[in-house]
Amino acid sequence: MKRSPLELSNTNIQKRHRKARMFRLLCAGVTWLGAALLAILLIQITLDGIKWLDIQFLTSFPSRFPYKAGVKSALVGTLWLITMIAIVSIPIGVATALYLEELSHKGRIAKIVEVNIANLAGVPSIVYGIIGLAIFVRGLGFERSLVSGALTMSLLILPVIIIASREAIKTVPMSIRHAAYALGATKLQTAWAHVLPASFPGILTGVILALSRAIGETAPLIMIGALTYVAFLPEGPMDSFTALPIQIFNWVSRPQQEFHELAAGGIIVLLVVLLTMNATAIFIRHKTEKKLQ
Amino acid sequence: MSAINLLEESIVEKTAGESESIPSQTFPDEVILDIDNVSISYSGNPAVKHVSFPIAKNRITSIIGPSGCGKSTLLRSINRMNDFIDGVTVDGNFIYAGHNVYSSRIDPVEVRRNIGMVFQKPNPFPKTIYKNISWGPQINGFTGSMDELVEKSLRQAALWDEVRDRLHESALGLSGGQQQRLCIARALAMEPDILLMDEPCSALDPISTSHIEDLLFDLKSRYTIVIVTHNMQQAARISDYTAFLEMGDLIEFGITDQLFTRPNQKRTEEYVTGRFG
Ligand SMILES: Nc1ncnc2c1ncn2[C@@H]1O[C@H](COP(=O)(O)OP(=O)(O)OP(=O)(O)O)[C@@H](O)[C@H]1O
Ligand SMILES: [Mg+2]
Repeated sequence: MKRSPLELSNTNIQKRHRKARMFRLLCAGVTWLGAALLAILLIQITLDGIKWLDIQFLTSFPSRFPYKAGVKSALVGTLWLITMIAIVSIPIGVATALYLEELSHKGRIAKIVEVNIANLAGVPSIVYGIIGLAIFVRGLGFERSLVSGALTMSLLILPVIIIASREAIKTVPMSIRHAAYALGATKLQTAWAHVLPASFPGILTGVILALSRAIGETAPLIMIGALTYVAFLPEGPMDSFTALPIQIFNWVSRPQQEFHELAAGGIIVLLVVLLTMNATAIFIRHKTEKKLQ
Repeated sequence: MSAINLLEESIVEKTAGESESIPSQTFPDEVILDIDNVSISYSGNPAVKHVSFPIAKNRITSIIGPSGCGKSTLLRSINRMNDFIDGVTVDGNFIYAGHNVYSSRIDPVEVRRNIGMVFQKPNPFPKTIYKNISWGPQINGFTGSMDELVEKSLRQAALWDEVRDRLHESALGLSGGQQQRLCIARALAMEPDILLMDEPCSALDPISTSHIEDLLFDLKSRYTIVIVTHNMQQAARISDYTAFLEMGDLIEFGITDQLFTRPNQKRTEEYVTGRFG
């Protein structure tokens, strides 16, 4: 009997289907494994920390007594820090990306800058801490202040912001730029009015990822000497400070079980701050993307 | 936004004794742009070779020729849009208002303000219909009534009736043909001296195409139009002059009727009658 080419018994096709199925299973397995590990971690932390989470925990300064201790100064310090980092790093990062992609003559210097930025993104954060200590804390005499912390962290995340923004800018179709140039627009006018708005959602994603990284970084802050025991709130950028990861680190390194649970509570607070930031970003992105449609 | 400042400068330049190509004595129309011995290459590969022909004011000039013969390259070089392509070199002169547009004293941005362009694929900004039109005049210091300008431009592009109720909706919601007419309206809002169009109808259905052809006919009294097209009938229908390019060489330039009915060159005849390419 003559076999129809569409017949399912075609062994070659069956073999390929089987392979595709196996690959899909493998991918699904790996995905679920990652998700499960994360879930276990989250559950463990929540179980440990939830009983300490209350208003008192959020509104108290650290203390020698676990039941009196809270994250007030660390939380406020983190919020200060993140705001200052955003103010410093977003304009510089986005402007650099725009310059490299849109305005510069793509000569050798641009190439060198490009390679170096990519390299900087891979430098361990402790190294930034050392730079921050040398330049901001000692060199410029900013002491162990929020300014030193924010500038150090900004250095750390600038490469990430620049790279992400450049990628976002690259996705803007050339035809839009040409349309603008053909109307007698300069490169700057085009970049400002069309390229930047069109790449905004992508840039925002990159910025939020970078800021999230900054929020969780501990090593550079320890390096520049953020305090671990702070019983006051910073009132200005020149004040000394602590931050959530420092506070968590401090609690974890104590021997008593209660402090370990407090650390879990601190982690939950940190996660909530992170999630709030991400949710805000998704919300803004959704709104702007809708406007573009 | 006009050629006037360019014109004033040109007087100075002429007294300085710079050469200006003189259009052929027999040419019946006023020349607005003279393409004079132009050669263009991409990183050393020639795409256009020693091409010369005049563009007549308030007339439609079409550029025809087989794919890859250099039509788009030539058109893009008129308003210096190929400045944005790496490795392009342009030799020769494009004399516009007494100046070579490639002269170091000329700001390419100023050239593009006066010589507008409509691209092969519609490329509206991802913004509202209104902003698509208003942005060009706005950045160029337009001071009159923007609402009026937007309406006028959309009317000229035969789009007003279709979009008057949705001016503040996204331009991406328009059909392809509407988007192309929006792009034409956007170029017209700048009131350019010359309008360059690279196969503006290639992505359009016959109805939109005939809309746009009618439109070009209407626009002739106020604008000079240079259009690249693959459609022989279209070139014959709408244009006053036609340039036929092949492999980067100008084979023939002339009055459209003559070029299509009594061409001087055998290759032209073969091409326009469809026995070739
Ligand atoms: N950006 C570019 N870089 C390098 N070479 C190019 C570029 N654009 C065009 N060319 C070359 O220049 C020549 C002319 O191309 P051009 O686009 O001007 O042709 P065309 O006549 O417009 O063709 P079509 O009718 O297919 O649009 C071709 O050989 C093409 O390969
Ligand atoms: Mg072309």
